[in-house]
Amino acid sequence: MSESSNTIDALVRREYQAGFVTDIESETLPPGLSEAVVRYISARKGEPEWLLEWRLGAYKHWRSSPTPHWAQLHFPPIDFETISYFSAPKSQRDGPQSLNDVDPELLRTYEKLGIPLHEQEMLAGVAVDAVFDSVSIGTTFKAKLAEAGVIFCALSEAVQTHPELVRKYLGSVVPVRDNFYATLNSAVFSDGSFVYIPKGVRCPMELSTYFRINAQNTGQFERTLIIAEAGAYVSYLEGCTAPQRDENQLHAAVVELVALDDAQIKYSTVQNWYPGDANGRGGIYNFVTKRGACIGKRSKISWTQVETGSAITWKYPSVVLRGDDSVGEFHSVALTNNFQQADTGTKMIHLGRNTRSTILSKGISAGRSQNSYRGLVRIAPTAEGARNYTQCDSLLIGDRCGAHTFPYIEASHPDAIIEHEATTSKVGDDQLFLCQQRGISPEHAVSMIVNGFCKEVFRELPMEFAVEAGKLLEVSLEGAIG
Amino acid sequence: MSNPAALLLEVADLHVSVAGKPILKGLNLRLAVGEVAAIMGPNGSGKSTLANVIAGRPDCVVTRGSLRYLGTSLTDLAPELRARLGVFLAFQYPVEIPGVSNMEFLKAALDSQRSARNEAPLSAVEFMKAARAVASALDLNAEFLKRGVNEGFSGGEKKRNEILQLLLLGPKLAILDETDSGLDIDALQTVAAGINRFRGPDNGILLVTHYQRLLDHIKPDSVHVLADGRIVKSGDSGLALWLEENGYGWITNAA
Repeated sequence: MSESSNTIDALVRREYQAGFVTDIESETLPPGLSEAVVRYISARKGEPEWLLEWRLGAYKHWRSSPTPHWAQLHFPPIDFETISYFSAPKSQRDGPQSLNDVDPELLRTYEKLGIPLHEQEMLAGVAVDAVFDSVSIGTTFKAKLAEAGVIFCALSEAVQTHPELVRKYLGSVVPVRDNFYATLNSAVFSDGSFVYIPKGVRCPMELSTYFRINAQNTGQFERTLIIAEAGAYVSYLEGCTAPQRDENQLHAAVVELVALDDAQIKYSTVQNWYPGDANGRGGIYNFVTKRGACIGKRSKISWTQVETGSAITWKYPSVVLRGDDSVGEFHSVALTNNFQQADTGTKMIHLGRNTRSTILSKGISAGRSQNSYRGLVRIAPTAEGARNYTQCDSLLIGDRCGAHTFPYIEASHPDAIIEHEATTSKVGDDQLFLCQQRGISPEHAVSMIVNGFCKEVFRELPMEFAVEAGKLLEVSLEGAIG
Repeated sequence: MSNPAALLLEVADLHVSVAGKPILKGLNLRLAVGEVAAIMGPNGSGKSTLANVIAGRPDCVVTRGSLRYLGTSLTDLAPELRARLGVFLAFQYPVEIPGVSNMEFLKAALDSQRSARNEAPLSAVEFMKAARAVASALDLNAEFLKRGVNEGFSGGEKKRNEILQLLLLGPKLAILDETDSGLDIDALQTVAAGINRFRGPDNGILLVTHYQRLLDHIKPDSVHVLADGRIVKSGDSGLALWLEENGYGWITNAA
């Protein structure tokens, strides 16, 4: 092995920076899943009967469902009986009335994560609904949002305050029986965010949720529902981190987006769940179902994701383009290092006429990781004039990682225009040497090369998070060289 | 030039292998501060290896001998440390770095070199001013700075970009590895003008070249002929003209 691939190797090795544990008394259900657990969760949240029935239906179906194995992922079977399905910080029993009621330890956690919850100026117009384990702990900017008629709250709160909206849309995009993990989520989902933008309203600020798994052996099953009425616009960002632990933790979330006529939803994710250590021990199993429905004409849903974390990522943010002239977009950066495995991509389902979709995927593999893009473009017989453009680029760092591309194209309309471009390149010794010869350190060089590779996707992120994403990549590659 | 304090580069009995194969086999070379030396020789004689080993390319392994720059041994220094000391290599085949703008790359390079000298980084405005001035001297428009490093550049643009970096970074030792190859006559003149602009009493240049034609524009102080990993003949600029007449055939006869 040449000296420089040794260098690349070392750069890929790095430390996880958000791996601290917050010492807060929490109330956690003993491990195991049963009908009683589902009933407990529902009762604990004071849910209406219909929602309990909905959960129980999901639970029954889940019991008879096999775990899916089609992804390019290898891991020992998950024992769902060793997971606890509910955890709440004890002091939150009655829910905080304001940020002043929030446990200061919890707030310090957010500070460590760089989420200045009560520093509104610093957030420069970003409202944060922070989900700590399973309970939503505080929401800023509620007043300003309320003025615009925007509802931004915990899903459990929305169940109480806006049951008609929740009942109408929950499971309308990701049905209870959609897939194994979505079904599990439907049975035991703990909390999550709810966003409703009324007709014609442009949400006056970026909305943001940071999820954080803290309690040990706790699976996180949050569920997010965003509804944009006709002509509404919202940009939403979620960021995720988890403490460093030796055992694997399960995260199975569901996100549903609904866009009516002329509505636009922009959903950005910066995912930095604990990826496991350099030997592949520990880390989050991230099995997430994210889907948007462009129900209305000329509506638009855009997913942007920067995925650097998790031991295993199984995630395909998708768009169902039902409304005529609706638009779906997917911009993704997925970085895997050490022993991480990612099988991620998107589905663009074209049903309406003149629907358009764009897929831009950038996969970066380092260490011994495996990084797969899996994408489906389906043009239904009804989708006259549909178009898709897919660009799928892979970048390899070092010589022990892998990049894979699985594009699926199903065109049932003769007019469909589908373009697919794919490239694979390597952070070359020559590129590295050029940078070093100009005085740039190898660490800086690799992060510059990787950031350059991702530039088109970062452009899609809200400004303040584009900077964050760049830094995150840098941190994630720390130790990849040097 | 016998004053040892004025010695910029001293290569003594240098043996270098690439992928286990010996390429340089006991090379001796001295370059004084203020001197321009042409390194000539047939294909495969080791010219590029000499250029690369001075810059610290990882696959050029020094197996014997020494490589001293301003009295300091370079052999154990990482490439970026050599660069920060003032060693510059203009590449024969500059690589592309897609998505990283030339500007961003140049600023990162300049900042890291300045910081190694305990100088504050240039402000964006100062930097742009300096970069634009150099670019226009090389007939490159400002748009050129925004493009990805060597991304989609023509052969001539890549070579001019190397000279742009040379002028902006202002090293003490410039090694130009076949900077004249693949250039048309206009581009050759622009590049040569750039090199002459850099040339000065405080720095030195190793011009690695195959042909006389670059030397029509940049008159070297000395010319060394490299064959089979050694310097086999040295002289003044007249030697290059003699080579133009007689080629390299005499080397095998001499050996």
